Amino acid sequence: MKLKGKDKRLNILFYVIAILMMIVIIYPLWFVVIASFSNPADVTSGKVWLWPKKIDFAGYRELFKQAQIWKSYLNTILYTVIGTAIALAVNIPAGYALSRKDLLGRKIINVFYLIPMFVNGGLIATYFVVKSFGLLDSFWVMVVPFSVSTYNIIVARTFFKNTIPESLWEAAQIDGCGTIRYFFQFVIPLSKAVLAVIGLWTAVGLWNSWFNALIYIQNEDLQPLQLLLRRILITNQSLLGAATGTTAQELRQLSDMMKYCSIVVSTLPIMVLYPFLQKYFNQGVMIGAVKE
Amino acid sequence: MSDGAGTKVVKKKQSFGVRFKKSLPIYILLLPSAVLLFCFAYLPLGGLVMAFQDFSPAKGIFGSPFVGFKHFIQYFKSYQFPITLKNTLILSVYGMIVGFPLPIALAIMCNQMKEKMFKKVFQVTTYLPHFISTMVMCGLILIILSPNNGLIANIGRLFGLEMPNLMASEGAFKHVYVWSDIWQHIGWDSIIYLAALSAVDPTYYEAATIDGATTMQKVRYIDIPMILPTAMVLLIMRAGSILGIGFEKVYLLQNIQNSGASEIISTYVYKMGLQGAQYSLATAIGLFNTVVNVIVLLGVNWVSKKTTETSLL
Repeated sequence: MKLKGKDKRLNILFYVIAILMMIVIIYPLWFVVIASFSNPADVTSGKVWLWPKKIDFAGYRELFKQAQIWKSYLNTILYTVIGTAIALAVNIPAGYALSRKDLLGRKIINVFYLIPMFVNGGLIATYFVVKSFGLLDSFWVMVVPFSVSTYNIIVARTFFKNTIPESLWEAAQIDGCGTIRYFFQFVIPLSKAVLAVIGLWTAVGLWNSWFNALIYIQNEDLQPLQLLLRRILITNQSLLGAATGTTAQELRQLSDMMKYCSIVVSTLPIMVLYPFLQKYFNQGVMIGAVKE
Repeated sequence: MSDGAGTKVVKKKQSFGVRFKKSLPIYILLLPSAVLLFCFAYLPLGGLVMAFQDFSPAKGIFGSPFVGFKHFIQYFKSYQFPITLKNTLILSVYGMIVGFPLPIALAIMCNQMKEKMFKKVFQVTTYLPHFISTMVMCGLILIILSPNNGLIANIGRLFGLEMPNLMASEGAFKHVYVWSDIWQHIGWDSIIYLAALSAVDPTYYEAATIDGATTMQKVRYIDIPMILPTAMVLLIMRAGSILGIGFEKVYLLQNIQNSGASEIISTYVYKMGLQGAQYSLATAIGLFNTVVNVIVLLGVNWVSKKTTETSLL
């Protein structure tokens, strides 16, 4: 199809905008990466633009010397893996159950699941409930209480409704298969796509989360990576002790370096995996968007 | 069983007991999520009574005295009330005015791209920032806007300009907040519209081309009507959280210099409640917030139902 006159100019404009947008999005990220292993003084004085200058791993060296970074990294991995498993075990069966037309009281149950999407007891009331369950400062507060996601349940429900034929259930029933066995033996193997989508979303959410840790966890040994990042990036508490022989300026530059390094270290897993998993993330949005 | 009408009749004849027994295994599948929702969503809802009490943890929910609307009135009369409400509304409405149409524009633009490879790269790039955590995002903002050695300051210096410290400015806070959000989420938010556009029958475009329609006309008469229902649903959802603006990013970007523009309802609740131990007051403010959200949600939903026949519920 050939474009003429005005349309051609418009088309060129679209590409120009697109290229500008890509630069605006990629450049800050690229800058963080190259700054993280450039000479600290050059970064501070604005000499690093497109390529790393005088490659220097001091920031990473100092960062990895900190015991806290290893501990919080491990915590975050555990929260992510265990939390994702729990979320799948909780939300997927619920999504399937709500997709079943023969569920007695389905309307009321649907409302029961929808209400928390719009109203909640607020921070204080939730805090006291969590406290009364004895969950303050425990590993489990990060992975159990808030693992139910109505949104993900709806995504799962829509998926089951649209992709698992009802005739399969009818056939299984005739063979004497009960609901629970049917769910595990037939539905789950057919649902890899929705498991992947919800699992990935949950995993990214858990990896990036810190609010619950801020509220419910005081114990440093249970801190997730993101809260350690808060000390490095936001509140500017240097993790470095004043070593002998370093000036205040060097120390500050090194602290700045550690900011770049900690961003890279904490975001790398997602950024590396993302291009391979992108289609699943997109699918999730699509499944969720299908209207009933 | 395949006869739809027949099954219906059979089902209606089943007694409550039989249907309950048949549903029993389904209830078991629902049990874990229902229990968790009850404990950590519905019990806290019950805890909202605190808003009408002088709650003290020692006396508990059942022992604390009722004081009616005292805490609501205290909040409405406090000097923080107009500030927090105004700041919340500004961030939220500004975010909506910019953040709602831009992803639609992006999707329409992306839909026009004929180079498959370029389009793919463009999409992967624009989706990427969505996966950065709020914490890292805020760290990034602080680093880039740093007045001493940040990227913006350094670029400014190239042109001999001295950049102001945007993070210390009350006037700049809303722009920093909203536009960094656009930077992070515009691509991701456009996916859903791209999906709606991909459902357009290509023969529409062909017919329009034969009739001599320009690109803009195709957008106006094919793309936009196609996107409208999706857009309305998302707009309703967004309006429904007009006061429910995220705590995380505002809290992290807040500092003493910009707090006049960055103190919003949720950060105030956090400070009053968990830092200041004014449990009842904080709960009352939170409840006020929720009630406004629900009213706006229902209102917008009603208007949308009347005007575009699209509704959420």
